[in-house]
Amino acid sequence: MKRYLPFIIVALVALLAIGSGALLYHSKRSANAAPKISKPETETSGESVHSLGPADAAVTLEEFGDFQCPPCGKLSGPINQLQKKHNLRVIYREFPLPVHAHAKEAAFAAEAAGRQGRFWQMHDLLYREQAVWSQSTDARALFNAYAGMLQLDVGRFRQDMESSEVQQQVELDQRRGAVIGVKTTPTIFVNNEAVPPKQANPDELPAVIEAAVKKARPSS
Amino acid sequence: MKFFREREATVRSTMSRSHTQTIFYSAAALISLLGLAEATYLTVIFLSGETAVCGGSADCFRVLGSSYAKIGNIPVSGLGALAYFSAFSFATFAGFGYARAQKFFAWTVTAMFCMTLWLLFVQAFRLHAFCRYCLFSAALVFLLTGLVVAGPVTETQKN
Repeated sequence: MKRYLPFIIVALVALLAIGSGALLYHSKRSANAAPKISKPETETSGESVHSLGPADAAVTLEEFGDFQCPPCGKLSGPINQLQKKHNLRVIYREFPLPVHAHAKEAAFAAEAAGRQGRFWQMHDLLYREQAVWSQSTDARALFNAYAGMLQLDVGRFRQDMESSEVQQQVELDQRRGAVIGVKTTPTIFVNNEAVPPKQANPDELPAVIEAAVKKARPSS
Repeated sequence: MKFFREREATVRSTMSRSHTQTIFYSAAALISLLGLAEATYLTVIFLSGETAVCGGSADCFRVLGSSYAKIGNIPVSGLGALAYFSAFSFATFAGFGYARAQKFFAWTVTAMFCMTLWLLFVQAFRLHAFCRYCLFSAALVFLLTGLVVAGPVTETQKN
């Protein structure tokens, strides 16, 4: 028996490592599962939008956000939860404010990640790590590192960040916001109605969404 | 009479060396297990695209998100897991008295030590950032190297 013991120990450890690795991988994958991966939709006007949830959802939440704005960062998690809870359609528009030194670069980073199908992953990561890259003297290097962590093609990501298409996309979103009167971030529209800035916070937004859901489905 | 005394001394010496070997290789196997657990975790994180692992640490992102974190499409942590598993296997077999496993264990740890030196160089002079997971792994490899240098492998070679 002693002769076989080392073989048994090594085989058990191999099984344990593979089994626990597979379990962990499965749990991580299901935590980051669809609808996180979404390609930009093209609207009738020709501009592309980043959206989560079904196109025919009863309630659509459109956010004009700035990745360096702390209130936007605080709203990011609750909006994700509301999207899952009510199956909302969430649209994100870039609205980097000039007062934030790295906001525009961050918007470019999110758009560049979007070109590789990872807009929402970069969106969540930028908001979660906002306090870190906002203080950094070389935010661009961190965005490249984030792209690496998200398994993007970093060379292409760098090129896309510099590309005129990505920069135009951000400008288009900004222009659209300016036309409809967006001045600050976060500015939120629920079914095309502006949410008062006082209610655009994690405490009051859920009630606004619930009211919109009830209004859209009065029978339920 | 003299013959019996000499034989008893030889048996005692062999038993003592065997006991020391078991302790050394058990320690090496445990250290390798720790490294295997960490490297497996990092490999899964890499493959699943999870980013919370570096939460709040710019240096961690700089290292794990860099081009040095993978060779082709293979994560360095995956190679690390393989190396730790090899070290664990050889240490286990060596602990059970397999003479060849001692040599393989020493070679594996030497390769891991060289790779660790390279990764530390990259972190210090190319990325200018250190990742806590990588430093933990480096500490484990240094411990394994210490065991190889001071441990029963050297004794066996002397004999």
